[in-house]
Amino acid sequence: MTFDLFVIPFFGGLIFLLVVLFIKYSRWIALIDRSGRRKIGYGLFSLQIFPATWEVFLESLLHRRMWKQNKLLGYMHMSFAFGWLLLILLGNLESRIYSGGHLNPPYYPIFLKFFVHDKRVLPFELNTLPGFFRFIMDFVLLYILSGLVLAFFKRIHSRWFGMKNTSRHNRFDQWAITCLWLIFPLRLLAESLTASIYGGGGFLTNSVGDTLAMILPAAVTPGMAYVAWWAYSSALGIFFITLPWSRYMHIPTEVVMIYLKHFGVKSGKHLNSFSEIEMRACPKCGVCIDVCQMKDAGAVGSTPAYFVRSLRMKEGNSLLNNNCMLCGRCKEVCPVQIDLLDLRIASRNLENQSIDKPFSYLPADVPDSKGINVLYFAGCMGHLTPSVKKAMVSIMDAANVKYKFLDQDGSVCCGRPLMMAGMFEAARSLMEKNRQAIHASGARILVTSCPICYKIFNEEYKLFGVEVLHHSQYLLRLVEAGSLWINHSGLSVVYHDPCELGRGSEVYKEPRKLLKRVAKLIPIEQERENALCCGGSIGDLALNQDQRNIIRDAALDVLLEPKPDFLVTACPLCKKTFSSAGTAKVIDIAELVAQQLEKADNLIEETVEESIL
Amino acid sequence: MNEKKLAFGYTVSKDRQIDFDEASLELYNKVCAAEPSIRLCISCGTCAATCSAAKFSDFSLRKLILQVRRGITKGLQAEVSKCMLCGKCQLACPRGVSTRALIMQINMNLQKTGK
Ligand code: SF4
Ligand code: SF4
Ligand code: SF4
Ligand code: SF4
Repeated sequence: MTFDLFVIPFFGGLIFLLVVLFIKYSRWIALIDRSGRRKIGYGLFSLQIFPATWEVFLESLLHRRMWKQNKLLGYMHMSFAFGWLLLILLGNLESRIYSGGHLNPPYYPIFLKFFVHDKRVLPFELNTLPGFFRFIMDFVLLYILSGLVLAFFKRIHSRWFGMKNTSRHNRFDQWAITCLWLIFPLRLLAESLTASIYGGGGFLTNSVGDTLAMILPAAVTPGMAYVAWWAYSSALGIFFITLPWSRYMHIPTEVVMIYLKHFGVKSGKHLNSFSEIEMRACPKCGVCIDVCQMKDAGAVGSTPAYFVRSLRMKEGNSLLNNNCMLCGRCKEVCPVQIDLLDLRIASRNLENQSIDKPFSYLPADVPDSKGINVLYFAGCMGHLTPSVKKAMVSIMDAANVKYKFLDQDGSVCCGRPLMMAGMFEAARSLMEKNRQAIHASGARILVTSCPICYKIFNEEYKLFGVEVLHHSQYLLRLVEAGSLWINHSGLSVVYHDPCELGRGSEVYKEPRKLLKRVAKLIPIEQERENALCCGGSIGDLALNQDQRNIIRDAALDVLLEPKPDFLVTACPLCKKTFSSAGTAKVIDIAELVAQQLEKADNLIEETVEESIL
Repeated sequence: MNEKKLAFGYTVSKDRQIDFDEASLELYNKVCAAEPSIRLCISCGTCAATCSAAKFSDFSLRKLILQVRRGITKGLQAEVSKCMLCGKCQLACPRGVSTRALIMQINMNLQKTGK
């Protein structure tokens, strides 16, 4: 007997799911632009398949990044994903023992214990093949159930999992999650009841079956067992049918997304079909909610889990688009590695692209200044904190650098703020202005004090032949080349990684190396990739001043905990923001270096001596 | 134009009176609903003093806000489009006006009505 009516909900659901997934994915992939489709075409037959498959194994099954973020959460996800897969694979192998190695209908291994009652097998008989499978199948089921128990406690106590905020559910989610909760306990129940009647259970199903047999009258167990099989099959069926519209769509979508990423498909600056896939790959795990500082400022509704969901449901709005500091903390931890910043900027673009900004008032002439090596660009924020640009000027004078202060009389903004607001065209007209001025100077090195400018100069300006450096990198270079002599100040300092310099541009090493030459650097927990945002970010277009102050003060609490003499940063905007609290002595790395310059006289004497020799 | 020819070093200020028949608070109300911090502005001019765009033009955020509040919307779109969104004004403002959000709102609303 290899068929029973109760397999229909499962089987029907499975076929429905496969058809829907096929239609959905084909549609999205068809909508990817031509170059993207070509990449997929090449990718499918390239060696990229192997690393991609490996990543699918690590992330979609083992949930490695989730483990890194949080052990319990990782265990929970892994027990579901990996455990379920094992159950399917091993169940398939096991079923072949009884069918003489033939291929079986897909439902057969799933409901094997209904169709086959192998009484020869004793619960702990591991030395025979059927006995081994019986044991391992029960073991995997127990493993999944342990994850389920964790999930149950997670609902009660999200805090244990390091997550203070789990996200809300919609109707499909509710159906799907209820079924998911029920699937494995029902399987246990069905298998146990069957084992209590016919024997042949494993260590788990056998003992649960025996216990049930003691409680229940013998007359009802066969009926109950049959009902349990029906219920198990129905739970599976409903789960499959609701899956494409629920959060669990992330399970197949993450796999698709990983492959596409490996083939080189990206979303980039505009919302496209790949973004659709990204949106659906989010399991709403809530890891991003936990790290987002906006949740402390009463803006939890704008955190990525909600933002991504609203994009997916086409319920996006201005506030959601604009309320994000683009600090990158969420992107750093997102286990699925969705490009949350690009998604946000792209949806701003959709809203703001029509805003016209010709900037026709900017001067047409390009300053000519041949014969210099280094250009210095203070940036708007550099001008807002004059002590930073003064420090840079005095240092470069002391090191005898032949430089030109490009924006001495006021900056044409670098364009990054407009880029972040999604106004790409407007940003480009500013960029063009600056690009002309930079190239006209003939300089080989462009030094900027502002990480915001640094990022866009570096990534978008395409300044061929010009090296872009942040002042922390440039100063370190001067010191290491021996052009600059500085004393150790003996001060203890904490370094704050500015978002655009740290996570945004991955400059972590140089500022620290430089700092260690002038001060005692105290390491803290939330630094480098985990650094906090100062709250002053120009990435955000919706937070009000009170909210920003809350974020700033919370960040200061963390940064000042080791009681440093100074809080050092490498961004004029961070400095301005932190100083406004009035609770900390904040100094830019350039200022600290300028203070520790060896007496200018000595330096001059030395250079004079050198030139005499 | 004639003033140029007769330049004695003095000019006559333009009439600054507001014609209430022409004033329309429609824009202000919309902007105010979306970005209430416009109410905090005291027209101190700190924003305009630090403004990046003002280094190259006669753009003044202080004036812009004042005009929106007084219901003078003529020519505003050309004005507001001069802002580079650099954010200096926001950090300088002593009243905590969310200037960038405000500018975006004015821009968006004017874009919609095409004024
Ligand atoms: S965006 Fe990433 S971190 Fe946030 S809920 Fe989705 S998968 Fe988790
Ligand atoms: S970029 Fe920063 S502010 Fe924006 S959602 Fe992510 S963590 Fe929150
Ligand atoms: S600095 Fe602030 S309060 Fe002063 S005029 Fe500008 S917006 Fe208004
Ligand atoms: S954001 Fe606009 S108004 Fe404010 S300082 Fe910059 S250019 Fe001026």
